Amino acid sequence: MTRRQRRLALIGTAGAVLVVAAGLVLYALSDRIVFFNSPSDVVANQVVPGSRIRLGGLVVTGSLVKSGDGQVRFAITDGKASIPVSYQGILPDLFREGQGVVAEGVLGEGNSFAADTVLAKHDERYMPPEVVKALKASGRWQETAGSTGEPTPGAASGAAQ
Amino acid sequence: MIAELGHFALVLAFGVALIQSTAPFFGARRDDARLMATATPAALTQFLLVGLSFAALVHAYIVSDFSLLNVVENSHSSKPLLYKITGVWGNHEGSMLLWVLILALFGALVAAFGTNLPDRLKALVLAVQGWISAAFLLFILTTSNPFARIDPPPLEGQDLNPVLQDIGLAIHPPLLYLGYVGCSIAFAFAVAALIEGRIDAAWARWARPWTLAAWMFLTVGIAMGSYWAYYELGWGGFWFWDPVENASLMPWMAATALLHSAVVMEKRDALKIWTVLLAILAFSLSLVGTFLVRSGVLTSVHAFASDPTRGIFILAILCVFIGGALTLFAMRAGTLAPGGVFAPISREGALVLNNIFISAALATVVIGTLYPLALQALTGTVISVGAPFFNLTFVPLVAPLLFLVPFGPLLAWKRGDLKAATERLMLAFGLAIAGAIVAAALGGMTSALALFGVWLGVWLIAGALSELAARIRLGGVPLGDSLRRAAGLPRSAFGTTLAHAGVGVTVLGVVVATTWSSEAIRSMKPGDSVDLSGYTVTLDGYARSAEENFDETRVQFSVRQGGALVATMTPTKRTFAERQATTTEVALKTTAFSQLYISLGDIAADGTTTVRLYWKPLVTLIWLGAVIMALGGLLSLSDRRLRVGAPRPARPRTNAVPAE
Repeated sequence: MTRRQRRLALIGTAGAVLVVAAGLVLYALSDRIVFFNSPSDVVANQVVPGSRIRLGGLVVTGSLVKSGDGQVRFAITDGKASIPVSYQGILPDLFREGQGVVAEGVLGEGNSFAADTVLAKHDERYMPPEVVKALKASGRWQETAGSTGEPTPGAASGAAQ
Repeated sequence: MIAELGHFALVLAFGVALIQSTAPFFGARRDDARLMATATPAALTQFLLVGLSFAALVHAYIVSDFSLLNVVENSHSSKPLLYKITGVWGNHEGSMLLWVLILALFGALVAAFGTNLPDRLKALVLAVQGWISAAFLLFILTTSNPFARIDPPPLEGQDLNPVLQDIGLAIHPPLLYLGYVGCSIAFAFAVAALIEGRIDAAWARWARPWTLAAWMFLTVGIAMGSYWAYYELGWGGFWFWDPVENASLMPWMAATALLHSAVVMEKRDALKIWTVLLAILAFSLSLVGTFLVRSGVLTSVHAFASDPTRGIFILAILCVFIGGALTLFAMRAGTLAPGGVFAPISREGALVLNNIFISAALATVVIGTLYPLALQALTGTVISVGAPFFNLTFVPLVAPLLFLVPFGPLLAWKRGDLKAATERLMLAFGLAIAGAIVAAALGGMTSALALFGVWLGVWLIAGALSELAARIRLGGVPLGDSLRRAAGLPRSAFGTTLAHAGVGVTVLGVVVATTWSSEAIRSMKPGDSVDLSGYTVTLDGYARSAEENFDETRVQFSVRQGGALVATMTPTKRTFAERQATTTEVALKTTAFSQLYISLGDIAADGTTTVRLYWKPLVTLIWLGAVIMALGGLLSLSDRRLRVGAPRPARPRTNAVPAE
């Protein structure tokens, strides 16, 4: 092999691997990502039933119902609309009524949401940015509370702090 | 008073860092030995001053000095001493101070032990270290001062986030930072060499031990973080493809690629441009990781605060250092002479292939991590990129790489014999098939992909050992001769074998624990039982107690196998009064690398609780493999030829066994 052929072999291999990587990434980006939506988006029919989404907002106070075998039901609101969520499993320790939460799962018919993952805040002083965004979009967010990320009382149907 | 001293020491350290970043630099440019000689004392002084500052902050935490805002926000007088100390870096300001302390430590180590470096290179390396230190010290002093006072001081602090009150906080961040910041040395070496315009095999010999050390710490740090998340978050998962996890994976992959390409550079004087680029990339990705985690753009337990000025400051540091280094690289790369030639089938060729695959896989992680952020910034659309994305992109690129790993060390430099290498690997191939058959027999034919994964894991382990066996001619010559050959092998040969086998162990753990794990979620009262994977788990009862800074409810389970009691497990619920927060401490029972895992939901007034049980076969191999990899690194690091400051061996190596 001449030096030139060796170099071509090297560039060819690198190019082939990169093309495969780029193809995989493009396919995965079109198919394997999950969009974040607020309850208002869902009510406004912006989400096709059966698709996998992340739903974020505040847990409606008084909506949490636990039945046997780990079945949990609660509702998520952004102040304008609320969506009932069902979940099988253990809720995170920092899951509270009236506080921010992100649920990932599949939207069913009639705007019911079957979550398989529920993410709450790791720190009670911290609010997921997605939830802040959803609250801002619905006009329920007050900038004064922004730095600590805590919803103001009354913002979320009487959020208990 | 001590706090003021700490603050003052930090300001002084910034001053010293400024001297360190200028005087040796101009000294090296003008060939002024006296100016160059300032680098060593400056680096040592800077470390001393940052160390003093850090000690002052630790002191404030230990004595619960609530006149410091940082202590008020993150500590509590009733917290156990260990968590008072670890709480120092359980917040933004303190963790940045730890970051700079480790940076100064590495600078001081180069200053103290880099005695065999040429004067100019050493002066330039320490000057570049000085630039990084100065930038981050300025960042701390202007935006994140941990010594800010609060007036009037409150009587009690707000306590540390209970999730962080764990032994993991004592281990995971310091190890990870040692890895992140350790990459800065390779970066400083690369930039210094580019300024000098001279890079050769000797450069790789000086830079490689530092990279290896950083890589080891990063490996163990990531594994420790993974295990912490596994037992603390209560989901039984070990890797979530969370952007913060990816932030640590990216520099790790770049450092892994760098380690391999530096070998080629050291041995064959080839791949110089690429190696220097990787050295710049590894630290750049560490900086990107620091930015992602510290700027508050991510949702995570690591995002302590989201003050926008901090994010912009770190972004500015990021742009200056990455942009500057890459510009320098672009200007100087053309002047570097190409090195030795090699055939595609050769040790060099295998290492290049390793680099191509790692880089491609790294690119998918970078895209998967940064694309959602870019999309949100540009269009406002919020998406999450998780396991489904990476399973489709990262895994198909890493699988062929792992398949090729055992071949690499069996190929000779310059021109390798693929047929001979394949023959030597036939036994490993057979063992791997046997491993897959055993897995299918024990766990069932769940999926072909999982069996391939088991095959791959065994293939990596057996392949690594085959290489060692080939080098000592095990079976080919009398056993005594083989042992003598083994004793004569350089330690780095064992290091390679261990590291590659460690990858196999991790792969085996990941595949088996993901494929054959079983899970049960039950609502249980005292007396109720659950059957899982041959175990009968019975809830015995509750016990409450008040601990130092929390109340604890212990839930006792007895685990029976075939009627005989094999263990009692007690997961607990802890309630921290100060933050009105509850945490769950899961219970783990380890049997032959496999774990039974019990996590709890809320305990209702009538004594009913939701219990989540997992059986995770071979799950501990995931982290054990990482430890084996790091041990391999340690063994290589202790090799005489690599040791920092060691003179070159007087006689050439005689113990290399040709692959023919």
